[in-house]
Amino acid sequence: MTLISRSRRKDRIVLTVAGAVLLLVVPVAALAGVRFTYTLRTVTAGGLFLGAISGSIGSFAVLRKQSLLGDALSHAALPGVGIAFLIAGRQLGALLVGAAAVSLMGVWFISLVTRMTRIKQDTAMGIVLTGWFAVGIGILTFIQQRPDASQSGLDSFIFGQAAAIVRQDVQLLAVVSVVMVVILILNWKEFKLVTFDPEFAKANGYRIGVFTALILGLVVTAVVMGLQLAGVVLMVGMLIGPGIAARQWTDRLEHMVLLAGIIGAIAGSTGAIVSSLDTDLPTGPMIILVNSAVVAISLLFAPGRGVVQDLLRRRDDRKRFAGGGQG
Amino acid sequence: MTSRVLDLDRTGGSTGADHSARTGHSENLTFEPSLAINDLTVAYDGKPAIWDLDLNVPPGVLMGIVGPNGAGKTTLIKAALNLIPRAAGSILFFGRTYDRVRQRVGYVPQRGSVDWDFPTTVLDVVTMGLYGRVGWIRRTGAHERRLAMEALEQVGMTEFSDRQISQLSGGQQQRTFLARALVQDADIYFMDEPFAAVDAVTERAIIGILHQLRSRGKTVIVVHHDLQTVSDYFDWVTLLNVTVVAAGPVDSTFTTDLIERTYGGRVAALTPRDEREN
Repeated sequence: MTLISRSRRKDRIVLTVAGAVLLLVVPVAALAGVRFTYTLRTVTAGGLFLGAISGSIGSFAVLRKQSLLGDALSHAALPGVGIAFLIAGRQLGALLVGAAAVSLMGVWFISLVTRMTRIKQDTAMGIVLTGWFAVGIGILTFIQQRPDASQSGLDSFIFGQAAAIVRQDVQLLAVVSVVMVVILILNWKEFKLVTFDPEFAKANGYRIGVFTALILGLVVTAVVMGLQLAGVVLMVGMLIGPGIAARQWTDRLEHMVLLAGIIGAIAGSTGAIVSSLDTDLPTGPMIILVNSAVVAISLLFAPGRGVVQDLLRRRDDRKRFAGGGQG
Repeated sequence: MTSRVLDLDRTGGSTGADHSARTGHSENLTFEPSLAINDLTVAYDGKPAIWDLDLNVPPGVLMGIVGPNGAGKTTLIKAALNLIPRAAGSILFFGRTYDRVRQRVGYVPQRGSVDWDFPTTVLDVVTMGLYGRVGWIRRTGAHERRLAMEALEQVGMTEFSDRQISQLSGGQQQRTFLARALVQDADIYFMDEPFAAVDAVTERAIIGILHQLRSRGKTVIVVHHDLQTVSDYFDWVTLLNVTVVAAGPVDSTFTTDLIERTYGGRVAALTPRDEREN
């Protein structure tokens, strides 16, 4: 009984604190003298949505031990952005579809190489990731040499540039985010079961291929939507950082996903605000800095799983039991 | 005696009628086998892990599958549950294909097959056994919670229901998996090494539950590796080494001769108890 209420209470406190921090991001920035112009409001909203979505969906990538897959996905998306721009121009929807398609092609190619050759999966990921990325850089360079490229803003896809986000983008991102959350809620049981014990799920008649593909689809969508903000190079941090941090604070999947969403939103909005103070400051690194700080704090200080508490406990044990030996 | 068992070997198993004649379980006379495997072959990378295997398991038996490492014990139950593709052969449960009887089949995978640091509780894991019945989109409720708690009580884990699963001992993890299979309320259960690296208390608790299941008419098929306990735990045994060496009632099948044939004649120390007594 005490154990039940204690773990629940801890989760509630953690979620409340995280939620409060999120609510304080904008007021604190305003107090510090940041002027929330129309542009900045748009950019902040974009960062908040993208951070929340990639954080919560990314939790599943973390639990499925597919962090490196997230990295491969984001790097492999770059040529898709370039190709889509050449075909459709700077339409966010088209760019995202192109990014997703080419990125999935990269993942398919990784699995093909793993199956057909003697190369192991991590090696295949490394080679495909860099190969696709290099092609992407090539295409982007080609685009930038064209006369109409000056306002394309495509280079923002490499390190992320929140300032490139406009109001229509935010609307699109909001709609897609809502759809993703609905999919997540509807398939919650199945996602949990397939992630925890795919073999048991399969034996129970679940078509795990369908749910695995659905989860991969959500991860891909989160990745390509976040590209504009975090960039292909750092996107994986936005995807997995919040999940890693959240796992430290709670032992329940639903709380972990919720908390990862909140952490992602804090990092996304803070990064967007800070980088907007100076147009030369790319957003991706700012977001990842906030994210990494939260991850570091969580790994060190989270009760029960943190390094500091582990060390203290070990010292206590040594004192207690070593002392007993001498006496 | 030996010739009868060798005969079983050739036909790849025993029939339900034969079983009832020996054990006096009259209900087995008319029943279809709970599991009927014909000409099963499973291959990994061109090498057969299971070769041309025939096996009939009568309903209501508690059967151990034993055999040396690489004999295909786990492969056999994974093939039965459609978890791995088979190169050839047919598998029927109660005379039907697996797809049509899924709700009647329960499964306890090897404990090491999942990440026990997954953020979930014991009760939640047990409730997963009911997801299939609850169906897509719908959430589990008080009814499922009660069934899961009952299963936890059966395995003696009531007070651990709200524990995070990484805080469990190996034996408690195994009992959690067993409870998840119990809530499925299946007619035939497959268990992959449920006694691997568990403490004596858990082992006794598990075997008690297996006996209960059998007394309720369930068929229980257990991959097992401790030859010493086969005679105590099971009433039916399959000796496996890529194909079925022998299958049938423990009394007549678990003989030194057949065990040595299964293991390649290197198990003199593991003579079954009843033969030692002779």
